[in-house]
Amino acid sequence: MVFAGFGGQGVLFAGKVAAYAGLIKGKEISWLPSYGPEMRGGTANCSVCISDEPIGSPLITAPNYLIAMNLPSLERFIDGVEPGGTVILDSSLIDREISRGDITVYRVPSSRLAEENGLTGLSNMILVGKLFHELGFCTDEVLDEAMQKCIPQRKAAMLELNRRAVALGARQ
Amino acid sequence: MKVLMKGNEALGEAAIRAGCRHFFGYPITPQTELAAYMSKRMPKIGGTYLQAESEIAAVNMVLGASAAGVRAMTSSSSPGISLKSEGISYMAGSDLPALIINVQRGGPGLGGIQPSQADYWQATKATGHGDFQVLVFAPSTVQEMVDLVSDAFDTADRWRMPAMILADGMLGQMMEPVELPEEGEHASTEKPWAANGHSNKREHNIINSLYLTPDKLEELVVERYKRYEQVKATEQRAEEYLCDDADVIIVAYGASSRVARSAVNKAREKGGKVGLLRPITLWPFPTGALQKAAGHAKAFLTVEMSMGQMVDDVKLAIDCRVPVHFFGRTGGIIPTPGEVLAEVEKLL
Amino acid sequence: MATIFQKPHALTDAPLHYCPGCTHGIVHRLVAQAIDELGVEGRTVGVASVGCSVMCYDYFACDMVQAPHGRAQAVATGLKRAKPDNVIFTYQGDGDLAAIGTAETVHAATRGENLTVIFINNAIYGMTGGQMAPTSLPGQITQTTPYGRDTDTAGYPVKVCELLSTLDGVAFAQRVTVDCVKNVNIARKAIKKAFQNQLDGKGYSIVEVLSTCPTNWGLTPVESLEWLRENMIPYYPLGVYKDIDAGVKKGGASQ
Repeated sequence: MVFAGFGGQGVLFAGKVAAYAGLIKGKEISWLPSYGPEMRGGTANCSVCISDEPIGSPLITAPNYLIAMNLPSLERFIDGVEPGGTVILDSSLIDREISRGDITVYRVPSSRLAEENGLTGLSNMILVGKLFHELGFCTDEVLDEAMQKCIPQRKAAMLELNRRAVALGARQ
Repeated sequence: MKVLMKGNEALGEAAIRAGCRHFFGYPITPQTELAAYMSKRMPKIGGTYLQAESEIAAVNMVLGASAAGVRAMTSSSSPGISLKSEGISYMAGSDLPALIINVQRGGPGLGGIQPSQADYWQATKATGHGDFQVLVFAPSTVQEMVDLVSDAFDTADRWRMPAMILADGMLGQMMEPVELPEEGEHASTEKPWAANGHSNKREHNIINSLYLTPDKLEELVVERYKRYEQVKATEQRAEEYLCDDADVIIVAYGASSRVARSAVNKAREKGGKVGLLRPITLWPFPTGALQKAAGHAKAFLTVEMSMGQMVDDVKLAIDCRVPVHFFGRTGGIIPTPGEVLAEVEKLL
Repeated sequence: MATIFQKPHALTDAPLHYCPGCTHGIVHRLVAQAIDELGVEGRTVGVASVGCSVMCYDYFACDMVQAPHGRAQAVATGLKRAKPDNVIFTYQGDGDLAAIGTAETVHAATRGENLTVIFINNAIYGMTGGQMAPTSLPGQITQTTPYGRDTDTAGYPVKVCELLSTLDGVAFAQRVTVDCVKNVNIARKAIKKAFQNQLDGKGYSIVEVLSTCPTNWGLTPVESLEWLRENMIPYYPLGVYKDIDAGVKKGGASQ
């Protein structure tokens, strides 16, 4: 799966939560970020592989799942999505129609939902909630544990907000 | 349970668990997380983290610490390694063990900051001036980065020579689950040669690389090369993946070996007899494993993130008995499994 | 028979290779004497730098490490950080310390590394045959300034003690010379203090010794001492440039 968006939208964090969920489930996993100047303001993305087999290339060019948080990211990755794959996008920031008929597209107005629900900055986790709901990959408990792993102690107060965001995303 | 760690951070933690308490660094992308990790950990365990004024100073601080008999390391990325080459040559000439990590990026010059393997020649053949070699380890996973750190320290101590871990931006930046060794599992080596004060109990030790008499210098270099022969005989490491029946064998290390592995899997799904031979040590080069593979393979394909710097070593290892082809991307681009598969299929 | 004078224990029996009239020998003796008097030979490690004095690793009886050109203070930093209880000194010439090793010098000083630095300033590159040094005087003729050092094209000499005394990390900086008995005695005390400071954990201490190079200056030993007095001392005034004990800070931001 590929998580992509503007730097600062939390795509790397979202990918990390997904990777930890895979780890807790005992899968082979890898998490590979884009790095460098594009992290500031430009597009940021990360490739997350969750597999039963040892992972070859951790760099994903043909994702099964694409989580797109802005238009440039969608445009960069949409053509590569595997046929039968899934795209989850933030429809409050992306209004482009998607012409491909061989993939499933979920439009979640995550930025707007985050603002409306006092979850500013957690648009990413709303999309993670939606992703895991559609994946059916693991239980809510596993996802919760993954979030706990990713949120440092000093930011413990953020955990509850993240939980709310994930739950909100799952209902979309 | 395994923990999820970035390659760069895993290198740092592994070094600490291998008994390293002295890290001298300088910021450069894409290795910086390693220095940052050490700056966080070292003060808490009574170790030294020192941000030097330059790569040159950092590697010479390693020289000093190693001369004093402790495990010491530095890390950098490609342009910074060029600056360290002076100190590496002096350490080799003074028979000092040390660990140097190169998290490679694109070059030459300032190049770029994306993953690359274009420092292969530098690491294996021209780490500095003079007749010498350094041990070169090429991990391909975050777990292997952890495992090879203590291996590199031990091997460097055993042979009294610098060791390099040749990683790249992809491995440094990515996270994978790792199992860390317990602290204190590392070997400890007696270092009677160290310049740590003679305590009036022995002759003074001199750590030195200067020999103005050609005969003496030649004698010492020849002596060192005898040691290198032993290293070649005992320290070659490689992994074979589906090589036994393979007609085409990809030779790739580090990040590009991961891509190659994916390509091998795809080829096998289609019935192609393709294998992967992955050098884990680049010096000594795993000639033994390659010679064995050359017994049945019809062709080799090296896959690299460079312009083909390893090709000649593969040819030499197998005495050109079968053709050696090359596919690579450079400048910071990671090849895709699809690209590699297309190259392999041309050879089947 | 009572011994009234002997070679310091911290010097080996190896014959020195220095030219007649070169003052390296005197400074070696003063360093060894300080090591003897403080009783620290067994835990002292010296760092030899590239230049005429590189082979001092054979002359000092303590453990020795030879550093790449200019890197002595980086190597010393590594040695000291690895074994803080050891006494670490560097012995460096002007080309090593003030040209190729300027960064290592300034940064070891500004970090306040607890080191003793012996700096031999003879205003010339000795080992390579007499080229311009960073400390060569304006107008000085050398192999690479055959018409005299032209400050328009070759710039001005680096005044190391003045420069380093501006850094907060420096505990002690003194410029001395060894041209006569009186000055040798001053140098002896300065060098011992630079070692004592390290034992006391006071931090970076440097002693700059104005020295001679009769061979490359093209003068006799006696003429060299005269040249040093007439030309070097006026340009490089002797004295204490910084001493945190005495509150001396010449040439710094705050006097």
